[in-house]
Amino acid sequence: MPSRELRLSEGAGIRGGLALLMLMAAVAVFAPYLSGVPVAQPDVVGTRFLPPFATDLHRVWHFLGTDRLGRDVWTRLAFGARVSLSVGLIAVAVSTVIGVSTGVFAGVFGGRPAHLLMGFTDFALAIPRVVLLLLLAALWRPSAILVVCVLGLTGWMSIARLVYGETRALMARPFVEGAIALGAGRRRLIVRHILPNQIRSVLAAATLGVGQAITLEAGLSFLGLGVQPPAASWGNMIASGRDTVVNAPWVGAAPGIALVLVVVACTLVAEGLEER
Amino acid sequence: MPASLAVRIFRGIAVVFGVVTLTFLLLQLAPGDPVLRLLGATATPEQIEAQRHALGFDRPVLLQYVEWLGRALHGDLGTSIVLGRPALQVLGQAWPATALLVSLSILLSYPIGILIGVVQGTTRKPRLDTALSVLSVALNALPGYWLGLMLVIVCTYWLRMLPAFGAAGLDADFLSTWDALQDRLRHLILPLTTLTLIGAGGVARFMRGTIRDVSGAPFVVSARAKGLPPSRVIVYHLLRNGLGPVLTLLGLSLPALFSGAVFVEAIFAWPGVGQVLVQAVLARDFPVVMAATTVGAFLVVLGGMLADLGAWWADPRLRTRHAES
Repeated sequence: MPSRELRLSEGAGIRGGLALLMLMAAVAVFAPYLSGVPVAQPDVVGTRFLPPFATDLHRVWHFLGTDRLGRDVWTRLAFGARVSLSVGLIAVAVSTVIGVSTGVFAGVFGGRPAHLLMGFTDFALAIPRVVLLLLLAALWRPSAILVVCVLGLTGWMSIARLVYGETRALMARPFVEGAIALGAGRRRLIVRHILPNQIRSVLAAATLGVGQAITLEAGLSFLGLGVQPPAASWGNMIASGRDTVVNAPWVGAAPGIALVLVVVACTLVAEGLEER
Repeated sequence: MPASLAVRIFRGIAVVFGVVTLTFLLLQLAPGDPVLRLLGATATPEQIEAQRHALGFDRPVLLQYVEWLGRALHGDLGTSIVLGRPALQVLGQAWPATALLVSLSILLSYPIGILIGVVQGTTRKPRLDTALSVLSVALNALPGYWLGLMLVIVCTYWLRMLPAFGAAGLDADFLSTWDALQDRLRHLILPLTTLTLIGAGGVARFMRGTIRDVSGAPFVVSARAKGLPPSRVIVYHLLRNGLGPVLTLLGLSLPALFSGAVFVEAIFAWPGVGQVLVQAVLARDFPVVMAATTVGAFLVVLGGMLADLGAWWADPRLRTRHAES
């Protein structure tokens, strides 16, 4: 049995993670109001490569400094949060819908359709995801929408496996048998009994997936295959930070720290959901 | 086991076949003509047509696919359009660098991760557990390309201790054997550290969960109750039971390791397969992309099978379960 203190700390994990995520979401939503500095500076030479907490010649204070085009890193980080968080969320929404429908359908119907569906899932699971991502992202013109599609279509398999397993287990439970005996149709069975009983584990898997998707999006953008500059995404911010790593290490450091914080928050929430 | 092994081999072949087919289709669908890139903007339409014909791109897609498969089965994966050398040779030159990096990072990250996980799983101090949890979650969350960049900032630009990129220095050919080895090792440190730290975080998370699951099992309780020293319980009861899942994890994480290597190779300009793949995709070098995906898929499937065999060897219960069913 976990001790009292342990349980407290785990509750703290999920609460801390949620708070962090909400903070990030707030930053993304209110990005235009959080910074009085316009993204593009008219005076590039006078404002480029300012370190964090510096004030430029126009007496504008830069919380996280500026990059090589004199753009405020904090402002770009906030706008990049919009891209990164929404790409992660939408991609996971896509993969969760596909995964849950596949898993529930296979689990409830069983038999040959289940065999086929789960066989296909296993097959898709065995394809190295990054190779697929690289191919898809490199072969078509990179854009945020393509990244969402690619991430969504390559991330549903593990959720499908999870949901299939849980659905099979639920189908064998007495209350489901009872519902079937009372004449509940498959639709009612799925909506009233199968889905509500696994919301928690699906949510946990999806939260974990958001972190992964955001990291992968940043990775693709970093390789120049994702969100294209001048639009800011954390990945292409890190990539541009690589070019100025000698004279302005903060340009690449800031988006990376934001990325790690989001993934850690997602992991904490997911583990908190799972352990209850 | 023999029956299930046959099923697994069959499935593995199906997966490799599927990946190859999918890659081929995607390459056909995608915009961007390798011939145009090869000949440049000044080529006349006749020259382009001749080159297309020479490469066989003017024939029906299905025919190209069947021909490619036929040649692949005979061990011929085509010739690089850009480099003019056999694709397998191109891969063969890049392969040792990736293999060295990935295998060394496995050798380092698994013991480190297992150690952290065991400490977490067996400690009675919740604070220590929480602290290590935060550490391992954060390590696992680090994107490789970013961690690599930060390590370069600190170790190369600030401390001026380690080289930032490549597998060997520019003067490597003129060094004595000992100096050349040292040069190699110095180039290896940063990419290896990056991959190892990230990997260790994941292994630690997994090991902690496994140990926790087993800790409450009756045989562990009785081992403790009969007065076995904690170290013996850990080695013989907890670790032994965690070995199977960890081997399975190793097999499942091979694709991730490979992909992690793609990013890490990109940031450290490490001359491995990941670099070859990225460059081939960008240059539309179809034969090299096909060869890299084929070999990659084959190795991932093979690794998964070996890991399953390892888990089967490590956990006698799996064997009896197979015998029963």
